[in-house]
Amino acid sequence: MKALNNLRNFARRDKVFDFVDKPTNRAVDTSHGHILYVEDVTVSFDGFKAINDLNFYIEVGELRCMIGPNGAGKTTMMDIITGKTRPDKGSVFFGQNIDLLKMDEPEISQMGIGRKFQKPTVFEFHTVFENLELSIAGDKDVWSVFTAKLSSEQLDRIADVLTTIGLTENAYQRAGALSHGQKQWLEIGMLLMQNPKLLLVDEPVAGMTHQEMDRTAELLTSLAGEHSVVVVEHDMDFVRSIANKVTVLHQGSVLAEGTMDEVQNNQKVIEVYLGE
Amino acid sequence: MLTKLLKDDRGGMVFLIILSLVAVLVPLLNIFVPESNPLHVSTYTITLLGKYLAFALLALAVDLVWGYLGILSLGHGAFFALGGYAMGMYLMLQIGDRGVYGNADLPDFMVFLNWTEVPWFWSGFNHFWFAMIMVMFVPGLLAFIFGVLAFRSRVTGVYLSIITQALTYALMLAFFRNEMGFGGNNGLTDFKDILGFSLQADSTRIVLFIITAIALGLGYLSCRAIVVSRLGKVAVAIRDAEDRVRFTGYRVDRVKLAIFTFSAVLAGIAGALYVPQVGIINPGEFSPLRSIELVVWVAIGGRATLYGAVVGALLVNYSKTFLTAAAPEMWIFVLGAMFVLVTLYLPNGIVGLIPKRGAKA
Repeated sequence: MKALNNLRNFARRDKVFDFVDKPTNRAVDTSHGHILYVEDVTVSFDGFKAINDLNFYIEVGELRCMIGPNGAGKTTMMDIITGKTRPDKGSVFFGQNIDLLKMDEPEISQMGIGRKFQKPTVFEFHTVFENLELSIAGDKDVWSVFTAKLSSEQLDRIADVLTTIGLTENAYQRAGALSHGQKQWLEIGMLLMQNPKLLLVDEPVAGMTHQEMDRTAELLTSLAGEHSVVVVEHDMDFVRSIANKVTVLHQGSVLAEGTMDEVQNNQKVIEVYLGE
Repeated sequence: MLTKLLKDDRGGMVFLIILSLVAVLVPLLNIFVPESNPLHVSTYTITLLGKYLAFALLALAVDLVWGYLGILSLGHGAFFALGGYAMGMYLMLQIGDRGVYGNADLPDFMVFLNWTEVPWFWSGFNHFWFAMIMVMFVPGLLAFIFGVLAFRSRVTGVYLSIITQALTYALMLAFFRNEMGFGGNNGLTDFKDILGFSLQADSTRIVLFIITAIALGLGYLSCRAIVVSRLGKVAVAIRDAEDRVRFTGYRVDRVKLAIFTFSAVLAGIAGALYVPQVGIINPGEFSPLRSIELVVWVAIGGRATLYGAVVGALLVNYSKTFLTAAAPEMWIFVLGAMFVLVTLYLPNGIVGLIPKRGAKA
């Protein structure tokens, strides 16, 4: 039966073959106002359901916070969206037309989804400037990378991003020598260099001082609008300071969704998470 | 172009200047200084130096993938040996009827095995140009196939090192077999001439030495071209944070594949330069120990500098020549001790002792 379906799909006359019309050549279609569709996604590791029938949608330009206790599946969810983990079932679409489950990490990144890791991950041996240079959007096949030169627009773009993340003075410092907070900002800057439409930010303020947190909040709110931003965070004060819409995850599915106030007054949420 | 490649590379500049001086002076000292003069460089020394330079080129290839890309290849000896065998096959077919058995069509070992004709995979190797293409193509192809399989399935770290080790070991066992048609455990030897020039003649040896020096210089510059390009920066980024590179939109497997294959081609060229100067190639070159030894050269010289690899290769091989003559049983202990000491006290190798210009100011 499955083989027959595959054959039918293969023989469809209203579509060209995938290898002719590569998904990476298509532009994202967001005419219905949503940038990300996650529907009925389930994934299990050795029988443990890390994600269980997860559904949520992200609007264009939205800043969404995801909260949830440890093991709620927040990082696994990001792994699925960015192509690192394949779900057992369900669908994940970028815009209305791009099936992310058919693509691998570099393709998804090229499509315009940037991801910041939980642990700040920058290229420690390179300078801040070089970190941003390596993250420039554009052709990334071996030969064009070998022959790549920085154009003046790209230099301007790097300077802009350096200002945005507040690291202009550290531009020629090795990334490994930055403080923890600065590395977090640099990583966000590296995402911005890729001109992403959707930013997935995993625990951006972990290990930050209060001043650094405030600056990060400012940075992330300023990015929303132009980009859609999904922030996974544990720190409630931080979430309250930036979010207008919050999704609460619990045991791999959505427990509640709404404004911070609505969520905080939700009885189920209080039980599993906020009340403790 | 040259100034761009050597910008911020003081060590490389010094190395290239010394290399050019040596390539010019050594032949002059051989030809114009009479043998009685202490400054005279014998042809034996020239060939020895040529051998060291071929090893230095091999060390460069190892440093490119280990120092910059973070792939600890314990099988680079395989690519070196394959290049050497391709050259050896050409040289074998040049012997003609001057072999022990006097057979004009068949190399000696095939006559010995009662073969009646040269196997198909030897065809073409009587042409120099074909052999030279194979010198690069065969190691490159092996590295490419190996790389596609290993890098696509994301094998990294120590597991990859073990597989490279297995690769060279498997090739060694295969090449030891007479049925393979590469001379079994005796390998290929008893070469007479190359392009019509006798390999025993002083002039041929000097020319081979100069060609090796030029190859090393060009090899250095080509590695440098990769290292200073954005591709080189991506390579270092892969070494330090592979996942980040992947989520930045680079195809990590292709970057690795390209650099690994290039490095294998360099190793193959080094092997081809080594064989006519040493006069023999046998399966011993495939032995895992040989490949580990080259990693030791690079570690001792200093990783991720390129010229450090050259320094390491020259130094270790000179000590080897010296010690295996003076106190043969000591050599393996000295090599081990050097490696341990360098790992413990000089993590940046010998060239790490040279103060950086930035650090001094």
